[in-house]
Amino acid sequence: MTQVTDIPGRKPDGAWAHLLHVLRENPVTMLSFGMFAFFLLQAFFGAYLVPHDPLATNATNALRPPNWTHWFGTDSLGRDVFSRVVVATRLDLTISVLAVAISFVIGSVLGAIAGYWGGWIDAVLNRVLDTIMAFPLFVLAMGIVAALGNTVENIIYATALINLPFYARLVRAEVNIRREAGFALAARLSGNSHFRTLAFHIFPNALPPMMVQVSLNMGWAILNAAGLSFIGLGVRPPTPEWGIMVAEGANYIISGHWWIALFPGLWLMLAVFTFNLMGDGLRDIVDPRRRT
Amino acid sequence: MLSIRDFAVSFRTRRGEVQAVRGISLDLGSGETLGIVGESGSGKSVTSYALMRILDAGGRIRAGSAVFEGRDLAQAAERDMQAVRGREISMIFQNPRAALNPIRKVGHQLEDVLRRHGRATRANARAKAIEALEAVRIRDAAARYDAYPFELSGGMCQRIVFAIALACGPRLLIADEPTTGLDITTQKAVMDLVRDLTRARGMSSILITHDLGLAAEYSDRLAVMKDGQIVETGPAAVLFADPQHPYTRKLVDATPRRGAGLRDLLPLEARTPLADHLPGDRALVQVRDLVKTYWGKSGPVHAVKGISFTIREGQSVGLVGESGCGKSTTSSMLVRLLDRTSGDILFEGFDIAAIPADRFVRDKRRSQIQMVFQDATDSLNPRHSARQTIADPILRMSGLRGTALQTRIEELATLCGLPLSLLDRFPHQLSGGQKARVGIARAIALDPKFLILDEPTAALDVSIQAVVLNLLADLRARLGMTYLFVSHDLNVVRLLCDHVIVMQGGEIVEQGPAAKVMDTPSHPYTRTLLAAAPEPPTTKMKTTDIAAKSAAE
Repeated sequence: MTQVTDIPGRKPDGAWAHLLHVLRENPVTMLSFGMFAFFLLQAFFGAYLVPHDPLATNATNALRPPNWTHWFGTDSLGRDVFSRVVVATRLDLTISVLAVAISFVIGSVLGAIAGYWGGWIDAVLNRVLDTIMAFPLFVLAMGIVAALGNTVENIIYATALINLPFYARLVRAEVNIRREAGFALAARLSGNSHFRTLAFHIFPNALPPMMVQVSLNMGWAILNAAGLSFIGLGVRPPTPEWGIMVAEGANYIISGHWWIALFPGLWLMLAVFTFNLMGDGLRDIVDPRRRT
Repeated sequence: MLSIRDFAVSFRTRRGEVQAVRGISLDLGSGETLGIVGESGSGKSVTSYALMRILDAGGRIRAGSAVFEGRDLAQAAERDMQAVRGREISMIFQNPRAALNPIRKVGHQLEDVLRRHGRATRANARAKAIEALEAVRIRDAAARYDAYPFELSGGMCQRIVFAIALACGPRLLIADEPTTGLDITTQKAVMDLVRDLTRARGMSSILITHDLGLAAEYSDRLAVMKDGQIVETGPAAVLFADPQHPYTRKLVDATPRRGAGLRDLLPLEARTPLADHLPGDRALVQVRDLVKTYWGKSGPVHAVKGISFTIREGQSVGLVGESGCGKSTTSSMLVRLLDRTSGDILFEGFDIAAIPADRFVRDKRRSQIQMVFQDATDSLNPRHSARQTIADPILRMSGLRGTALQTRIEELATLCGLPLSLLDRFPHQLSGGQKARVGIARAIALDPKFLILDEPTAALDVSIQAVVLNLLADLRARLGMTYLFVSHDLNVVRLLCDHVIVMQGGEIVEQGPAAKVMDTPSHPYTRTLLAAAPEPPTTKMKTTDIAAKSAAE
């Protein structure tokens, strides 16, 4: 009503121009995408770039504070903290990405079905989700890992399961409000089956809010994985992983060796921070209505 | 009383500054009602928001003054504006339900305003609120005091918004599309009330609307806005009789009125002769004792109570009634999105009601029965471009692929008057009229025999409505389609339909040839509907006179 949407002589933005616009518009988004690229770089190439072998011990060089050879110092076994922090990125990101991907896919399917058909399917799903959410989530994850066994896969499954209700709830609500929308009915008239209407017409419209959820969830998932490792479940030493490193370093803080816990903790914090900031930008990118 | 001079408003957007209002000047006298008429994007609502200083972020008053009783609203401090809003100038909005807080009793919302402006104390607030409700002719006001907005009808909500607006005895009332979305009889009731009360209290008012007929009936003077500028002002009768500006003439022409044909709504140069329209004799759709009952928590709801009618091949039938009369339920059943409770729907002699709605998708008749939806915005997938939207039915129900598919899409777009360059745009990048064309192109993509039009022009501006109605008439002639036109607007139905069915409370109260039902209605309800439609002042000059005049120029 208030805006002239049609400015003559201008072609609508394509996907690429839109991405650039979103980045340019919001410096915070730009920063978060820059930091995400930084973490991705570490995850893919960190192992080849680090100056020291993250697993090599050197008793003569233990507990050195940060210096020019060992930027983040060395731990109690003389391992280079910087190399370990960088190499750990791949494992931590893998766990969180896979966990989020699993809860995204399963949560979307369940939520979409419940939101579209409603009725007893909806009621059953909601009660199951309520049950999952009734547990303290971290304790539930601990229980699952303890019961299934102490492996990386089980950390992923546990993290996925505790995040599942959030996706299912969100998709259910988004699908439900669009079930009777004009374009959904029009899709039915165009010869789409219920399945096609749901999957290709209604569900994609739920993506923008999902992206916010995904990015927040990535942060939680990393924290969750690190938390499980911190209490000794999941990843086992000497594998470099932020949670274990913080746990190991915690013992030495009292004796003044602050760097062992600080740097993995800092990386963990930065990673969570990055994902939390990315949400709005991701939403704007997947929402075609933001294009002009 | 209110004097606006060179008033300009602009908005900051991604593409730089957009001038929404470009220097308008207006005067409003004491006790006068001014109608501001214009189409969407003309800046008429922005003007009123700017006067109240409630513009969205990014909007600002760029220049000019608006002096209200000696005070310049454009320059006033926010603190002063708080005293002005509600007490001196109040506003009623387009969507009354959205203007009320959904989780508070309407009586409490009235009390808030009264107490905020010192018109009531805690002790007498309730009594004053009930008094205010009675003032807007709400029956049983004491009981309504405890109602929540969702428990009330749209018309009732608008009355309550009006009561809130009047509560502090303002001098000026701004009504921004106060009856959009209301039924025609409710519209009349609300507008009559607004007129009577503002007159009785000697208030001035500004009525903002896109409906020239409505503005003409309820305003002393009209101002026509286009692209942020006022192109013409004057008394309604004069504007209608002899519009000076070409845009005003276009608006006057496009307003459906007694005695005007479909082509008369278009600008003079576009009035090509209309193809003859002769319905055939064979019955295409026969509806027999169709019943739909919903099982609600408080017992059965009889939405449609056994209706029967026949639609002949090539005929255009209008289905008219107010919201809740069952016309939407009927059209949903005919288009096979909804299962009937009992009764038959014979399509070319075959009972399609026997096929469950869920399975009708795979029936070969699916492509034969299509629908154009009421809200073009809502009925287009926000994530699909116009091309994808039009392609969808073709991909699902025919074998066309590749270049043949693209050719067909472009042919449909051309047929519906949609420029090919717009095919790759998303719905939010299209105007209302363009979206309507995409919706129509999708509906006719598979050459349906029977097309249900569910108020296809309800959300459109009058000039776009005129174009879309003519497009529908042309398509009918070219493709030989049969229409069921669902609408609450009798003036529009008269233009396109040969036969009219009037529904009330789930039953058909009257049906017959369009001219007969419109000119000599037999049922009192039909007469009420006809009387409620705002009657624009008849254009004094006949079409021939205008032609002669433009020839002389």
